[in-house]
Amino acid sequence: MTPTTPTTRTPRKQIRLAAHFPGVNNTTVWAVPGSGSQIDFASFEHLARTAERGLFDFFFLAEGLRVREHKGRIHDLDVVGRPESLTVLAALAAVTEHLGLAATVNTTFNEPYELARRLASLDHLSGGRAAWNVVTTSDAFTGENFRRGGYLDRAARYTRAAEFVSVARELWDSWPDGEAPRPVDHRGEHFTVRGEFTVPRSPQGHPVIIQAGDSFEGREFAAATADVVFTRHSGLDAGRAFYADVKRRLAAYGRQPDHLAIMPGVTFVLGDTAAEAQEHAAEIRRQQVSPQNALLAAEQIWGVDLSGYDPDGPLPDFDPDPGSELAQGRVRIADPKAVADKWRALSRAKGLSLRETVIETTGRQSFIGTPADVAAQLDAFVQTDAADGFILVPHVTPGGLDPFVDRVVPLLQERGVFRTEYTGTTLRAHLGLPPQPVRAAGKGPTA
Amino acid sequence: MPHPLHLAVALDTPQCSGRAAHDTVHDAAHVVALARLAERGGLTFVTLGDGFGRPGLDAPAVLARAAPATEHIGLIPTVTTTHTEPFHVSTTVATLDWVSRGRAGWAVEVSTTEADAALFGRRPAAPPAEVWAEAGEVADVAARLWDSWEDDAEIRDRATGRFIDRDKLHHVDFTGRTFSVRGPSIVPRPPQGRPVIAVDATDEPAREVAAAHADLALVRVEDPATAWTVREELRDRAATHGRDPGHLLVFASLPVELDDAADGAGLADLIADWRAAGAADGFHLRPADPGRDLALVVEATAPVLRARGLLRRPGHPGGTLREHLGLPRPASRYALARETA
Repeated sequence: MTPTTPTTRTPRKQIRLAAHFPGVNNTTVWAVPGSGSQIDFASFEHLARTAERGLFDFFFLAEGLRVREHKGRIHDLDVVGRPESLTVLAALAAVTEHLGLAATVNTTFNEPYELARRLASLDHLSGGRAAWNVVTTSDAFTGENFRRGGYLDRAARYTRAAEFVSVARELWDSWPDGEAPRPVDHRGEHFTVRGEFTVPRSPQGHPVIIQAGDSFEGREFAAATADVVFTRHSGLDAGRAFYADVKRRLAAYGRQPDHLAIMPGVTFVLGDTAAEAQEHAAEIRRQQVSPQNALLAAEQIWGVDLSGYDPDGPLPDFDPDPGSELAQGRVRIADPKAVADKWRALSRAKGLSLRETVIETTGRQSFIGTPADVAAQLDAFVQTDAADGFILVPHVTPGGLDPFVDRVVPLLQERGVFRTEYTGTTLRAHLGLPPQPVRAAGKGPTA
Repeated sequence: MPHPLHLAVALDTPQCSGRAAHDTVHDAAHVVALARLAERGGLTFVTLGDGFGRPGLDAPAVLARAAPATEHIGLIPTVTTTHTEPFHVSTTVATLDWVSRGRAGWAVEVSTTEADAALFGRRPAAPPAEVWAEAGEVADVAARLWDSWEDDAEIRDRATGRFIDRDKLHHVDFTGRTFSVRGPSIVPRPPQGRPVIAVDATDEPAREVAAAHADLALVRVEDPATAWTVREELRDRAATHGRDPGHLLVFASLPVELDDAADGAGLADLIADWRAAGAADGFHLRPADPGRDLALVVEATAPVLRARGLLRRPGHPGGTLREHLGLPRPASRYALARETA
């Protein structure tokens, strides 16, 4: 018998999936039928149950610490307001069994002992499903709601975040299974924490750590200490470059490439045909950019009041005010003049009005097409190392994820790139992360 | 006393109860089961204590975990104010009210120990008078933040593209002795308007905070005459703060340790006697062993009180904790100010 070349294929990379509750920006479309409450528990329950039905790794909540303002007044055009994440997730632990529960919590306006205790509590009461998306701010505007105010400069907020996570890990390690708690004695640049942690080691040891942001400091912080990176979505090539760069940094911290999952935040639009999906996507962009929102978007670039402008007319012909304080509670636009020039060029080239220009430049939905197209595109991103998976951001609360779970997940399963059942009980197990070892007393992590 | 008698129970495992208790204080499922048992017994609310030096999980998280597993019972966790951010305290309690559909309360507590202060390293321990004065301010600003969104602030007006009416969101601009908060809250107004604020008013200076800010004062007392006196005093002091004394309920907080059904019936007699003496609006029971004692309260004490017409039947439909307690739902102070402006 002639030996044949074996035709076994290498197992395909498995896709990680998470669901983001629609947020307080104009990605979330609220003026359409089916748009439900952004605050009732029923909406959170619906979306979390849908994600669990789809066998997702985790459910993700963003954080809000100050309502946005524009021109000195509260911004009123987008969804405003949300509940406090850790409390919602504790309640969701009662109505889900496997789904990971991820809260975004700021290190600037919290203290490590209190937050480590709250996260360990969530991990205990969910049976090992807690995750923490570590974020920072240096925003004095947000600081006005807190005891300390806006007290950190940009560089210090990252050193504080790193020390914060390090102290939290020390606390989580301080009460090993079956032993007595060991006192912690941390004296650092930002924190002095002395005493015993009152929560025994939780099912995951440490909750899963997520890092959001693509900056240099963010990448290094992720390589040192995160289990998941929540990154901005970009094209295949840029995605692959980012992926390679972050994974390359892991070795310096003694970590393996599969110990850190890279998950861009993405949107999706489905249709029965490619044309129908495109049409639906364009309609969503028109909803996202109402006439009022178009003027506001332009005001954020120009930094001045444009309320006298017609959204269906031309863009302003003067240059932006670079020092404007018009928008508060938003990410600052680095080079408004460059954006204005780009917009004006586009408007001239295509004959677009102000609103049409904003619609045209508004981030397109990441994946648009038939369920089969979208499944193929997602798979291509993962198999070519532009991502390990995705954090899906639906456009509509609470039903926006259902079509994806009903129509795309089965196709990913057919491709052999997504689980057909949960095989573990903890989020670490879902993500294929190694168990968290207990570090020796007094030895901080490499954050 | 116009309202029905209320029974409530503390779900805390006393710290001296040995190794088995040591395990249950970190077992949220145990607390959830007790909350369900208390609900079946027709109790009005449960409390769960907390503090940074106390073994156990974060109390608001545990009661949030209990919220979807229960339907009627009020959920009152302790949240301390000394080392926490007032804004976070306010949003956590408001969110507990959202996830429980209007059944949240907040037991205000402080931290006075050096051990707690060392866990934060931010400020030294301070005497009770100081930290309770601050706690009063935290209760004040929390209520302002709960009011900072008027009930009908969300409008979803398609014609103007506005999701909210910005005139119905308000900066609170609170400046206290140790902190300031600009506001408004990030959380829309909770179902109860303001979740129920509870204070253990047994001692000064907490009693003054209760008179000024609480909906519910818990008083640890040993006889009905003392309870009556403290209740009268609290109501008088509430009036001096410009409050309607009827809006401050005073509960006698009693330690209980029951061995059998006869003990449970005896507890019913005692409660009926105290009630007849006008000693309290309700009774907050603090079991030595919640697993054992609560079952006897539900099986032996509550039925006797119900048979005497002193306690409501369990499973009354829906309703918020305020509604169960007979407390009005307060209008937002900012809505009132805007309407009278």
